[in-house]
Amino acid sequence: MAEPKVKYDRQLRIWGEQGQTALEKSSICLLNCGPTGSETLKNLVLGGVGSITVVDGSKIEEGDLGNNFMVDESSIGQSKAKCVCAFLQELNDAVKAKFIEEYPEELIETNPSFFSQFTLVVATQLVEDSMIKLDRICREANVMLILARSYGLTGFVRISLKEHAVIESKPEHFLDDLRLNNPWPELKSFAEGFDLNVQDPVVHKHIPYVIILVKMADEWAKSHGGALPSTREEKKEFKELIKARMVGQDEDNYKEAIEASFKVFAPKGISSDLQQIINDNCIEADSNSSDFWLLVAALKEFIAHEGGGETPLEGSIPDMTSSTEQYVNLQNIYQAKAEADFVAIERLVRSLLKKVGRDSNSIPKTMIKSFCKNARKLKVCRYRLIEDEFNSPNLPELQKYLTDEDYSTAVGIYILLRAVDRFAANYNSFPGQFDSAMDEDVPRLKSTAVGLLSDLGCNGATLAEDLINEMCRFGAAELHAVAALVGGIASQEIIKKLHYLGSSQLITRQFVPMSGTFIFNGIDHKSQLLSL
Amino acid sequence: MADASVQSSRSRDLDKLLLRPGNLVGPRFEPGPEMRDDLQTYARVLVVGAGGLGCELLKDLALSGFRNLEVIDMDRIEVTNLNRQFLFRLEDVGKPKAEVASKRVMERISGVNIVPHFCRIEDKDISFYNDFNIIALGLDSIEARSYINSVACSFLEYDSDNNPREETIKPMVDGGTEGFKGHARVIMPGITPCFECTIWLFPPQVKFPLCTLAETPRTAAHCIEYAHLIKWNEVHGGVAFDPDNPQHMKWVYDEAVKRAELFGIPGVTYSLTQGVVKNIIPAIASTNAIISAACALETLKIATECSKTLSNYLTYNGAEGLHTKVTEFERDKDCLVCGPGVLIEVDPSVTLQKFIDLLEEHPKLRLSRVSVTHRGKNLYMQAPPVLEEMTRSNLSLTLFELMGKLSKDVVNVNGTTTKNDQKISCLRKLSVVFKGIDGVTDMDTAGGA
Ligand SMILES: [Zn+2]
Repeated sequence: MAEPKVKYDRQLRIWGEQGQTALEKSSICLLNCGPTGSETLKNLVLGGVGSITVVDGSKIEEGDLGNNFMVDESSIGQSKAKCVCAFLQELNDAVKAKFIEEYPEELIETNPSFFSQFTLVVATQLVEDSMIKLDRICREANVMLILARSYGLTGFVRISLKEHAVIESKPEHFLDDLRLNNPWPELKSFAEGFDLNVQDPVVHKHIPYVIILVKMADEWAKSHGGALPSTREEKKEFKELIKARMVGQDEDNYKEAIEASFKVFAPKGISSDLQQIINDNCIEADSNSSDFWLLVAALKEFIAHEGGGETPLEGSIPDMTSSTEQYVNLQNIYQAKAEADFVAIERLVRSLLKKVGRDSNSIPKTMIKSFCKNARKLKVCRYRLIEDEFNSPNLPELQKYLTDEDYSTAVGIYILLRAVDRFAANYNSFPGQFDSAMDEDVPRLKSTAVGLLSDLGCNGATLAEDLINEMCRFGAAELHAVAALVGGIASQEIIKKLHYLGSSQLITRQFVPMSGTFIFNGIDHKSQLLSL
Repeated sequence: MADASVQSSRSRDLDKLLLRPGNLVGPRFEPGPEMRDDLQTYARVLVVGAGGLGCELLKDLALSGFRNLEVIDMDRIEVTNLNRQFLFRLEDVGKPKAEVASKRVMERISGVNIVPHFCRIEDKDISFYNDFNIIALGLDSIEARSYINSVACSFLEYDSDNNPREETIKPMVDGGTEGFKGHARVIMPGITPCFECTIWLFPPQVKFPLCTLAETPRTAAHCIEYAHLIKWNEVHGGVAFDPDNPQHMKWVYDEAVKRAELFGIPGVTYSLTQGVVKNIIPAIASTNAIISAACALETLKIATECSKTLSNYLTYNGAEGLHTKVTEFERDKDCLVCGPGVLIEVDPSVTLQKFIDLLEEHPKLRLSRVSVTHRGKNLYMQAPPVLEEMTRSNLSLTLFELMGKLSKDVVNVNGTTTKNDQKISCLRKLSVVFKGIDGVTDMDTAGGA
């Protein structure tokens, strides 16, 4: 085995080689390499991203030695970007590491086109004004942006990009796609080959539960005018009927059938989430449509016609009590149906491509296949422009958060993290940055926060005095443990994003990034995601 | 915001938290330079494990004001560690993790002293663990957590009203990760649930039934486990399978492939074979960083009360979106590990040998190879041989005499027990009451349970 494969073994087990390739193709730009930024990049460099560019104009001071592992005593007075970059390079020589000694704020003002060369920009410890400007630049250049900030015992992480379509490959809440509530003809006729009254007890206890349920559901439907069990009593009765067919206490296959009987009761057809996606405005296929939306358009066609209201079959089945031979046969039935559905979708995709004037082979087979396998689980994440959120947040949500016990601290932190930037713009320092001004800074921060709330449309809303006090106490400190935590979350979200960035490789879009703004509450760890 | 008056001391950022009064802090928080200096001078933290979590913990603690750290780990560095254990380089492969990790952190952070211990956690005397103010756990095994938990809980004493004596509480912070998920928790023995109180959070791994492996394999994992658990013994009877021996692993893989071909089952790969046989848990740098940082932050809070503490269990899940949750679990009032001790009533004539035999038969304990200590004094020790010889003569004496003729008192016992078909070391606290001795009424014995 090659060395990199061994080195990355523990992560390849999560995202596979395609996921790793997506990481290795990426180029990441970091703005500000204090502990939050340095720790974010550390986790990415260890994982093997393609290249990093560290942008920071500051020189190392003694105070930096107390919170940043990537600077050391011998580098005091030297460029922080250079020093951090050198340490990061030491962690993984497969990564191309570069640094630029310049202040990010200046770069944002003077050289906006600089950012378009990267796949992703991670901006740490920026103030509001710079965040808004950078966000606009990145949206325009179609570059993903992650913002992260540590502030005392609090912080936030926020993703910004236009749209992110995900195909969840390992969603935990999805049931196996067995179609027990809506079996297709081949599955039905396969089930007919089994006899639930078979005399041989060994054969009886090895009938796969899928077959038991298909047959029992069929029997039920015949005596109930074609309907499946729907009321609580009917469901109970259905389970009793299965139980009555058991001939021995040790028949695991029947126990599995009873446990899985809810799959028979599940509603037919597609989920409301998926319904929403196929009704999306983006679905009007034209030459500008992304591969993703073209595939969704084909899916919509399929569901309406060939699929009879269902998505293409996933094709895999879970392990279940069975003889090896019958299990393999059953697998083949499911795979054959999945293959047939794939062929139908592929035909639709090819003709759509032709219709919009693209090469009909421009979406590869592997991608269509992966799309079919995961069609039930599509998800589209959209993010607001930061400027829009900051100027006009979702007011009903904001008001709800302010009065909800579970959210009030988190939204308080959100407001105060914005208020400290307003404060800094007015008073030229962060609240509590200097010991001497502590007493006057508390009321000043309070009035700044109240002013911000009223600008956002929440007149009369207040924040907890204790929290305002704490925020002043923090005095813009960047604590290492908080930075490592916030940076850790930022890096995890970036990794999920980079899987998406396998660009045309839908296959690797397998993890769902967070939505909204993550507010870190290091006081009691009751952190929250806010959707504003 | 450059300003000449910004104090540029090394603890510039931490000072904001430790030198200034706050409103959301613990009752014993006394802000000031003394607090920072005491933290540096007196606080002693043990990090258990120098792997993915341990490396991060050492760095995080060293940059959170702690200067006296020790780390214990029996493992050597492997290539597969390098995607997350950031203190190790390719040229370190084969060296003890604890030693390399300590050296790297000390090289970069002056003033920090880290003592490495390259050994098993069971190799240390119990008293070793009592030297620390806080124990931080960065482990991936349930057995090791359970052991350290029982050690920390063995220091706990209860007063006559059955309230824990504060000075005997040994706080622990514990972290764990798997892929994009993890947890961090704070354990205050006697106050918040100990590891054993909530052991149901860590259900044992489900094993495949042997008859499935032998007769009706259906998945790649069934074929692999057949080769590993059945075929290996048939062919190599007597030779123990060693998961770290590449030839052994290759043999299992080849056999699994053959079996899979025979039954028409797809999906057996070398990587999957290793994963199934060694029960490999996927691990990434970011999750370790998140969980360790939460643990380090809580360690700082326990030591200084500079903020509220996590109460008491944090879960993190980044696989689908981002979910964090704090759950306040409750102690198991009948916990054998962190409770006041299992009540054992014995006759004053019972010898130490007889007492040890009783523990083997006791339905709640089932302890074998038992060593017994009373108020720090060894009554009987199974090992090392020197100690065994020294204490052997006590076996024929009565426990009553050995315990100084007290009517009731606590003894600590150390032995092995069987859990999920596995032998594990464990420590138990026993509340021994002698029958018929003056001063003991029925009320007293009932209250000790
Ligand atoms: Zn307990």
